[in-house]
Amino acid sequence: MIKSLWVKILIKGEIMGKISLEVNGRKVEKEASDNTLLSTFLREHLQLTGTHIGCDTSQCGACVVHVDGNSLKSCTALAADVNGSKVTTIEGLETNGKMHPMQEAFKKLHGLQCGFCTPGMVMSAVDLLQKNKKPSDTEIRDWLEGNICRCTGYQNIVAAVKEAATKM
Amino acid sequence: MASLVGSRVERKEDKRFLTGKGRYTADINLANQTYAIFVRSPHARAFIKKINIDKALKSSGVVSILTGKEIADDKIGGLIAGWAIRSEDGTEMKCPGNPPLAKDNVNFVGDPVAVVIAESLAEAKDAAEKVEVDYKVLKAVTSTADAMNGDTIHEGIDKNLCFDWLLGDRQKVKEAFDKADKVISIDIINNRLIPNAMEPRACVADYNAASEEITLYTTSQNPHLSRLIMSAFGNVAPEHKLRVVAPDVGGGFGSKINVYNEDIVCSWAAKKINRAIKWVAERSESFLTDIHGRDHVTHAELAVTKDGKFLGFKNETIANLGAYARVFGTVTPTYLFGPCATGVYEIPAAYTNVKAVYTNTAPVDAYRGAGRPEATYTIERLVEKASMELGIDKTELRIKNFPTGFPFKQTLVHTVDSGDYVAGMEKAKQMADYKGFEARRKESEAKGKLRGIGVTSYFEACGIAPSAAVMSLGCGVGLWESAEVRFNPTGQVTVYTGSHSHGQSHQTTFAQIAADELGVPIENIDIVHGDTDKGTFGMGTYGSRSLAVGGIAIVNACKKIVEKGKRVTAKMLEANPEDVEFKDGEFIVSKSNKKKTIGEVAFACYLPGVRDEMKSPLPEGDEPGLKETSFYDPSNFSFPAGTHIAEVEIDPETGHVKLEKYTACDDFGRIINPMVVEGQVHGGLAQGIGQALYENAEYDETGQLMTGSYMDYTMPRADNFPEFNIGYTCTHATTNPLGVKGCGEAGAIAAPPTVMNAVIDALGGQEVTMPATAEKVWKACKNLKKSNTKAA
Repeated sequence: MIKSLWVKILIKGEIMGKISLEVNGRKVEKEASDNTLLSTFLREHLQLTGTHIGCDTSQCGACVVHVDGNSLKSCTALAADVNGSKVTTIEGLETNGKMHPMQEAFKKLHGLQCGFCTPGMVMSAVDLLQKNKKPSDTEIRDWLEGNICRCTGYQNIVAAVKEAATKM
Repeated sequence: MASLVGSRVERKEDKRFLTGKGRYTADINLANQTYAIFVRSPHARAFIKKINIDKALKSSGVVSILTGKEIADDKIGGLIAGWAIRSEDGTEMKCPGNPPLAKDNVNFVGDPVAVVIAESLAEAKDAAEKVEVDYKVLKAVTSTADAMNGDTIHEGIDKNLCFDWLLGDRQKVKEAFDKADKVISIDIINNRLIPNAMEPRACVADYNAASEEITLYTTSQNPHLSRLIMSAFGNVAPEHKLRVVAPDVGGGFGSKINVYNEDIVCSWAAKKINRAIKWVAERSESFLTDIHGRDHVTHAELAVTKDGKFLGFKNETIANLGAYARVFGTVTPTYLFGPCATGVYEIPAAYTNVKAVYTNTAPVDAYRGAGRPEATYTIERLVEKASMELGIDKTELRIKNFPTGFPFKQTLVHTVDSGDYVAGMEKAKQMADYKGFEARRKESEAKGKLRGIGVTSYFEACGIAPSAAVMSLGCGVGLWESAEVRFNPTGQVTVYTGSHSHGQSHQTTFAQIAADELGVPIENIDIVHGDTDKGTFGMGTYGSRSLAVGGIAIVNACKKIVEKGKRVTAKMLEANPEDVEFKDGEFIVSKSNKKKTIGEVAFACYLPGVRDEMKSPLPEGDEPGLKETSFYDPSNFSFPAGTHIAEVEIDPETGHVKLEKYTACDDFGRIINPMVVEGQVHGGLAQGIGQALYENAEYDETGQLMTGSYMDYTMPRADNFPEFNIGYTCTHATTNPLGVKGCGEAGAIAAPPTVMNAVIDALGGQEVTMPATAEKVWKACKNLKKSNTKAA
């Protein structure tokens, strides 16, 4: 056991550590190597595959989650960096099986097509409304600059965020 | 019962996508799976002298390393071109072999040479770094325009020329040009694009030794077609031992039509190692190895009279195929391009000549619009230039040359069944306040800005058909579509379609169609697609064909259900089948109050008898059960059309182009779900505007992709667009029972010339190539200043 740990540390440069988080209101504790990205931790260790990986340069925003209430591209943080935090993913946005007003607005106004960028887009938009209750079109478009969507042309996403602002 | 067709029905697929429950290929993990990493060529063109895998094999966790040698030894076939094109001189096109793993030479950066399979992804990556490939690097050919003068890439393919294709009549065109008052000519480049579906390609291959069956989960737009190609050409497994599943797929835009190297290699290798293999592309791999789009160099001429009638059209194009000819690689710059190049105009004589060339770049294939954006860009840039040179208003010049009636027999191939191009133009002008433009131009001028307006009238041909015609032109398959409509005994319906939805909303729109046809509530209808084990063979989704072809197959299968229902009702109610009418889910015997619901009929079909009586509800000749299939082969393409108008404002100090207004007025025939159609238009526009203003795939002279990440390739973002102003005219297609036309590609087809016409208008007619970046536009503004100073 100890030998294999040393093999991992010395030969593969990998240090395992315990990651403790509160994810979507549930306490989780998992062993993960120190270089595990938060996005990988969510997808591979917790099987929360709603958080998507669309690029390798932190540009696309498909992996946005909330860490302690603020949106964050989960591919830019190590799981170890956010140890002890409260994380909300797209899977945690519903309350008692009822969709969040932002999710409802995206559905009502066709703010999604293939659905791949959607989790990050929704999480990002929810954070915008936490910080700016009545954003203008320009403010919405500026805020979502870090979330790429290839399907919708963004118009219905902007409309959905405005709609959600009237419900939140 | 209110009709659902035509209503803004909210999407059935949305809840799972919005709550993180979508199931994309990368979300699938199988027991005991291994991970694949591909070793790819860092060179654009090289001989493989030697591959040494010894060190890599000793790396921790490695299960297997396979190269082009093993794949050749196992007689696994290569990737193919789906459409055989003949040159003007009658010779067949020339295609090189394209093995899934390169054995002797590599032809573009990213060409895979080996696969490393390991217990974990990290171990696979580590080991892949230890695979030593000894290359003899050769001079790469990367320029589209100069490819025919470069070194021969593929042995035996002179001038790197796949084919030299002609559509039209050179002599007639010469005669037309001889009669012209004026010839307008243009040299344009249709810039190379990378489709960039947000979900990177991925596959998970599994082998079941008991059933000897391979299951491949993959990011495909057409799983049935993938299975056919992998089986018939790839020799991976017979079709009945190969199941291809394309679960939720995160966008395609044409880039997921092809069977890719990784699909074949992982399926083959999974059987070899008798374990599941997972591969997920990193975005940088997608940039390098997904098919790219466009990449044409064109010289075109339009012969006109002085009062603006078009007499003749010439189009000389060099189309880049990249390193290999892939599934739609050869048809995109020919039959999807040439016939549309004369646009919405009556032009008595025309020809299109295309030289398709190989280069040491990623394969080029169908990307949203495929051939039709290139065609529309050519003719609409030319018409706009003609309007400037002739001094005729750009909308008047277009109207003057629109067809006088329908069906509209075009110069080259198509007979367009329906449309009203004048109505589309007039409505677009009104929506865009075309009349008010000059006032807006003056306002911009007062602020020191340059304002321009651009117009495009387009048509496109989608839902390629009929099969006999396309196969006669060299297509390897027929382009029909299948549907199977199955009632459960208790009355719910499952519709299996051969189309595939990767954002197009089939789960909703197809259910709307079936609900109307069958009178069954939409919540009781499920649409199933994307799995070769579920439903019949189908051709998949591309070329705006799903509704106009796949949707009609559903209608036809539903009609067969209704026909059987009438016979069964007649038997049950002791009436003549001719007296049974079907409406809103009920079979009614006319002039009586006798009726059966479709649910009762379905129940009777599955449980055909009654207690204590020898009595069947089934007429003689009808079998139990209620399930019907349709294979629908359309009689013609569908031809959506429209007029788009853009207005830009340019800051001459910075060269920044601001898209101020964008108006689209399209004719898609009958609209099934306006909300979904709006979404398709918006998305197409974003990609088309992206091509005009932002996106460009660029290789350097050694064949390295300079735009290989989102840091270098400009993806359009939310703050790049104004709110689009969209509207419709509606002439029903006469060639299908729903009257529908395709809508998925229109935006990507019309937007590039619309925006560029506006930019060039603002620049006083100076040509700028796409994308109209600030740098190019700033330089053009400086030239404009110089020439204005001279004129003064």
